[in-house]
Amino acid sequence: MTIALETQNLEKQFGGLRVTRDLSLKIEQGARHALIGPNGAGKTTVINQLTGVLKPNSGRILLEGQDITDLPVHKRVLRGLSRTFQINQLYPDLTPLETIGLAVSERLGHGGDWWRRMGTRSDVNGEIADLLARFHLLDAMNEQTVTLPYGKQRLLEIAVAIAAKPRVLLLDEPAAGVPESERHDILSVVGSLPRDVTVLLIEHDMDLVFSFADRISVLVSGGLLTEGPPEQVARDPQVKAVYLGEEAVNV
Amino acid sequence: MSASSDVGHHAQRQARWHYGEVAFWLIVLACGFAFPTRYLIMTDILRLALFAMSLDLILGYAGIVSLGHAAFFGVGAYAAGLLALHGIVNEPVLALIVAGLAAMVLGFATSFLVIRGVDLTRLMVTLGIALLLEALAERFSNITGGTDGLQGIEMQPILGAIPFDMFGKAGFFYSLSVLFLLFLFARRVVHSPFGLSLRAIKNNPLRAAAIGIPVNRRLIAIYTLAAFYAGVAGALFTQTTAIASLDVFAFERSADLMLVLVIGGTGYLYGGLIGAVIFRMLQEVFSTITPQYWQFWIGLVLVVIVLVGRQRLHRWVLYVPNLVIKQIAGRKAVVAVPESET
Repeated sequence: MTIALETQNLEKQFGGLRVTRDLSLKIEQGARHALIGPNGAGKTTVINQLTGVLKPNSGRILLEGQDITDLPVHKRVLRGLSRTFQINQLYPDLTPLETIGLAVSERLGHGGDWWRRMGTRSDVNGEIADLLARFHLLDAMNEQTVTLPYGKQRLLEIAVAIAAKPRVLLLDEPAAGVPESERHDILSVVGSLPRDVTVLLIEHDMDLVFSFADRISVLVSGGLLTEGPPEQVARDPQVKAVYLGEEAVNV
Repeated sequence: MSASSDVGHHAQRQARWHYGEVAFWLIVLACGFAFPTRYLIMTDILRLALFAMSLDLILGYAGIVSLGHAAFFGVGAYAAGLLALHGIVNEPVLALIVAGLAAMVLGFATSFLVIRGVDLTRLMVTLGIALLLEALAERFSNITGGTDGLQGIEMQPILGAIPFDMFGKAGFFYSLSVLFLLFLFARRVVHSPFGLSLRAIKNNPLRAAAIGIPVNRRLIAIYTLAAFYAGVAGALFTQTTAIASLDVFAFERSADLMLVLVIGGTGYLYGGLIGAVIFRMLQEVFSTITPQYWQFWIGLVLVVIVLVGRQRLHRWVLYVPNLVIKQIAGRKAVVAVPESET
């Protein structure tokens, strides 16, 4: 088996608080891996270290076997590690067309073009059109993002991450805050991601986790509590204990 | 129409020339012929417009605030003055470019200080750099002429053919040509993927980095380019007035520039141009009515603009024209309509 993404003894402290404790994770190529844990377990902090927003105090991060611990955010993206955010991080003044167009341009190395006009490269245009269609955003492509309904914004959030053609995709609570009626779009999009893309899903919604993931890691107080296939994790008494009082684990 | 070419069509929507833009430049050109006695003030407006366009590039597109943009204006102004005074580069257009490059070097060097930090630090750092340069210019009076400024600058004919005349006619058309060329260049740049990435950075630097945009490098690039523009504006000042004194670095110059952009709006390139016209007009009108207190009225106008146009602050000058167009041509003329509806 090939390991797509790996952390080795990752350690992060905010002042005296250890938010990531000696975390070693291995995510297999093509896996649907979920990272779960109660509120405050440090899930988002892990994501932020994986993507380079935060630097770990110690430990290493490997992407397809290569050390990326010291790479800045944008270089990790170009190496094939992309993410969505728990809270939408979009460009309020830009349209979906521009938003996705930029991501595609950057990936193809045209992002620094300062003379050629946007929209004059047919390869870029083709990809934009595909993505807009796939994410049901064609009708809204010229609307300012800030004016889009929340569900559409959520789709755009995921579309932007996909536009970077990641080999490893980190989904931070993709369905968070999406109304029931629009949930289906999001889930079908997430479900239809190509199998060669490795997905690490951070999620609160246990239904989604157990329907989607083939492997689950449970994070508690910044450390790894247990890891295994969904059935095993669901039966684990330790996991049940952690989730008692917060949310019962039902399969 | 296939989805792909459709996307290309829409992506270039903003880059296409609109009738309003053509009309704008024709009116500016017409002013050059309609008011032959007003060349000096009109040239002044053009210089201010170019200077404001420079600030718009970093503020309106990349979201970098600056209270010290006069630093680049000043360097350009002194560079042009020294080049002419010592006969190093006699031909004005070439001198203009050299002066712009001098400011550009300073812009590149200081960009590393400016891109780090938040708005407040940026305000302080840019302000500090301008004050520093002003003090340096005063200290090295053997080069700069100190508080007297550079005196006795004699400008050679433009391109060796067109001499500067005492009515300022040559200066006006020279400035207008420079402004227009640099506007065309800026227009091209802001509609490129690079220009779009600046807007993305302004909107959300976190996400910008998360799609692979090298945020710092892009900010350095645009800051350096803006410094060139400001330097050229400063050089135009020296070349068309034949003086360069310490006030090119003055804080008021940087602060006025902010007002110009607030009046004209940011992020569509015309803000600086329209703002410069309105700002100077207001200054003229108010200083004729009440020479001592004109700043009071400018202040009042600003407060009103900010209060009334809070939502539309960026482009409030387009608000009324859009209303008119809506009345005449219906809503579709203003708001882009998806292809499927037409």
